[in-house]
This record gives sequence, structure tokens and C-alpha cells, in this order.
Amino acid sequence: MAEHLLTVRGLTKRFGSNTVLKDISFQVERGEVIVVIGPSGCGKSTLLRCINALEPIEGGEVLLENDVVNPGGKNLIELRQKIGMVFQSYDLFPHLTVLKNITLAPMKAQKRKKAEVEAEAMALLERVGLKDKAQSYPRELSGGQKQRVAIVRALCVHPELLLFDEVTAALDPEMVREVLDVMLNLAATGKTMIIVTHEMRFARAIADRVLFLDGGDIVEEAPPERFFTAPETERAKRFLETFEFKSVKARPATP
Amino acid sequence: MPDLGLEVLFKGQNMVRLLGGLGVALKISLIAVGVSIPLGILLGILMAGKNRVVKAILRVYLEIIRIMPQLVLLFIFFFGTTRIFGWDLSGELAAIIVFILWGTAEMSDLVRGALISIPKHQYESGEALGLSGRQIYFFIVVPQAVRQLIPLSINLVTRMIKTTSLILMIGVVEVLKVAQQIIEANRMVSPNAAFGVYLAVLVLYFIACWPISMLAGYLEKKWR
Ligand SMILES: Nc1ncnc2c1ncn2[C@@H]1O[C@H](COP(=O)(O)OP(=O)(O)OP(=O)(O)O)[C@@H](O)[C@H]1O
Ligand SMILES: [Mg+2]
Repeated sequence: MAEHLLTVRGLTKRFGSNTVLKDISFQVERGEVIVVIGPSGCGKSTLLRCINALEPIEGGEVLLENDVVNPGGKNLIELRQKIGMVFQSYDLFPHLTVLKNITLAPMKAQKRKKAEVEAEAMALLERVGLKDKAQSYPRELSGGQKQRVAIVRALCVHPELLLFDEVTAALDPEMVREVLDVMLNLAATGKTMIIVTHEMRFARAIADRVLFLDGGDIVEEAPPERFFTAPETERAKRFLETFEFKSVKARPATP
Repeated sequence: MPDLGLEVLFKGQNMVRLLGGLGVALKISLIAVGVSIPLGILLGILMAGKNRVVKAILRVYLEIIRIMPQLVLLFIFFFGTTRIFGWDLSGELAAIIVFILWGTAEMSDLVRGALISIPKHQYESGEALGLSGRQIYFFIVVPQAVRQLIPLSINLVTRMIKTTSLILMIGVVEVLKVAQQIIEANRMVSPNAAFGVYLAVLVLYFIACWPISMLAGYLEKKWR
């Protein structure tokens, strides 16, 4: 039997009278990479935020293994340490060096030893090519470097599940690749991840399963090959077409 | 060279008296600063907090103190309290009370501003990393707020020192009062004493405030 790390069951989320997520259910196995895609405003960020209880929910439940993840719930702090999250805007702590950004939570929240945490942080920084930036401040880094630090910061807490919310959306095109490579690397080492992205080719390469979200529902759920080549629903087809461009130039007929 | 009336400064004890006056002004402002900063921090934390009633009360306090010219506050505490309550406050004590009320109000507003300027995302990053609310406050929010606050509160201190020049109006013998006394006493012998003596007062205030302003500027640059 597959071992389910995360179970989302009947999740409903409203902002006032606006129901953003309607009765969402899905499960994530250990080691699985889920990519969530869908049009802007369909609730992707909200879904990730509900999964680690940054938003209160109006119905349903989120389970990490057998524990309920719930704002104000018991063990929330411990559960959040098992769920890492990386945001679009990096959100590094500006008053701390790169190294201190990474070691803060392991040392304060998990009470781990400084030497051990710093050694791990340096090893992770080396893996993402930023060992020489350990003593820099976030303001001295490029967007792509900041985002790699943010990923390392999340990793150093040893999460069992990683959530990525459009982590390359704020980056210049030439920096996107360096961040995506880090994520591909994590997938290759068997990390369990839920990734929200607009990078379709990346989605196809990294996903074990695609969730297509529209209007607060999971409209389609499929392996990437099938989703990207033969989507079943009309809405998914239309969404994927928005990423295609037809040539508008009349080509001379070849003689 | 025109007669600047500077010779008056070196007559008898005049320079020493001026310095003594500066000492009184500095003493009053330092006592007021010493009390206002911790009190202001406390009130500022409450103003950035969640309790609406507490926030509304503090807001009213802040607005009243802000709207009133400091001179009016000084008059109320010096003359008004004698009239109404029959208290006989010394000028210095009245001045200290007014400066504490004013400094606390200004400081609390600076603290509130610094605390609410920390973006929501900073809290959420901390939460997502599994830090507790208290850890987020002490390791993420407070250090960032303090960096913003230090230059601002140093500027407040210089403003408080400068504003002590008003307390001569309630009979406290501080620099400006001493200056007037010296000018008055020498009106016959050196009619131009006013220029020289006030120049000396200017220099004294400058010497008291300039290093503090420099420090504020330095810290601002260092933490930008
Ligand atoms: N804090 C909030 N208060 C009120 N409404 C909100 C809030 N956050 C999100 N919403 C609404 O919820 C809906 C879903 O937002 P969400 O940010 O989850 O979309 P998204 O799929 O991540 O979009 P995008 O691709 O643009 O990031 C939107 O209609 C948005 O206006
Ligand atoms: Mg979003």
C-alpha cells in the first residue's frame, strides 16, 4: 500500500463570501512531486497556504500522516517544521546574514547544536553554488541567489514535504534556470514536493502528477505526459493553449 | 572689527553660569529621555497590538500631546496645577513632567510605526519555518524594528534638548535665561552683548546636539 504523507480532504476556503477552494481532496505519497497549475486567481497560493496553516479553513481537513494541521491546533509548530515553504518573494530576513537566515530556525525552533547546523547549512549552500555568500546579507544577492538561499533555509529544517509557490515568477529569465535546477535536483533525491508554477516545460519534466485547478476545483488530475499532450477537459485544453503562440506572419509559399 | 559684545562672555563667572544653564537644560532633557524611552517603547508595543480599547485611548493621548504646543503644556503644568489643585510644582519638576509626557507620546508613535512597518511576509516566513510567535517577535521583528528606531529616537532626543529652551518661560534658569540675565546686567557697559551671548548659546546647543545627530546619521547609514 502506498504511504500517504499528505491527505487533503474536503478542503473548503472562503474569503468573506468568496469561496476560493471548494471541497478539494487529494493525497500525496512520500517521494511524489505534485505540480499544481491553473489560471491566475484560481486559488493555487491559497491551497499551499492552507496546507501549512497560514490560512484558517472553513471546511475539511489537512493531515500530515495522521496529524491534523490546523491554525491554533496542537503541535502546529512541530508540524510546520515538517512542511517547508518557499515563497515567490523569497522573504529572507534582511537583518541576518545568509548563514544566520538558514540556521535561525534549526537552532531556535529545533534547538539543534550550532556547529552541526552550520556545517549542514554550508554543505547545502555548496550544493546550490552559494558557499561563498554565507556571510553576505540578502540585499547583496541577486534574485536567483536569494531564492536559492530561501530553498536552503527551508531544507535545513529537514521538512518531509516542501511547498513551492511560483518561486521563479519574480525572477529575471536568466535566473530562472538556476532555481529550477535546484528543484530538479531535490526531486531527483526523492523529496516530496508540491510545486505551483507557470513554467510548463519544467512542470512536465519534474511532475509525477499534475493537478489542474480552476475556479476553486481540481478540474483535472493526471500524469504529466497525458495532461500536457491529451488533456481530457475543455478547460485544461483552453488553459494550455494560452501558452502557445501561432505565427502571425504570412510565410511565402515554398516554391 | 565691529563690537560683537563677546568680551562679556569672559567677564567674571559668565561662561561658567552659561554652562551651568546648559547643565540644567541637559539634566531635564536627560531625565525626561531616560523615562520616556522605556515608557514609549511599552506604549508603542501596545499601540501596535490588538486591543482596540487600549489603542484608542493611547491614540487620544498621543493626539492631545501632539496638538498642544509644548509651551502651553508647560503653562498648564506650572501655573494651571497651582491654580486648580493647589500643587506647588517647581519649574524644573513641571518641565520634567511635560517633557516626559511629550517624549513618551512621540517615542510610542515611533515604536508603533517601526513595528507595523515589518511586512506580513516576514512573520509568515518565520511561521513556515516552525518558529513560535515569541521567537518570531524576538529574532525577526524586534531586531528589524530596533534598526529603524535608533536613528529616529536619537533625533527625538536632540529635539527634546532643543525644546528645553522653552522652559525659561516658567522661570527655570537654563541657558537662555542665564543669557538674558547676563545681557541685562551688562546693558550699560556693552550694549552689543546680546549678539555675543546668544551666539555663545547657539554654540552650546550645537555642541550638545551635534554629536548626537552625527551618531544618528552614522547608524542610519550603517543599517540601511
Ligand atoms: N487575503 C485575502 N483576502 C481576500 N481574498 C483573497 C486573499 N488572498 C487571496 N484572495 C482571493 O482568493 C483567490 C485566489 O487567490 P490565490 O492567490 O490563491 O490565487 P493564485 O491561483 O495563487 O493566483 P496567481 O496565479 O495569480 O498567484 C483570488 O480571487 C484572490 O482575490
Ligand atoms: Mg499565487
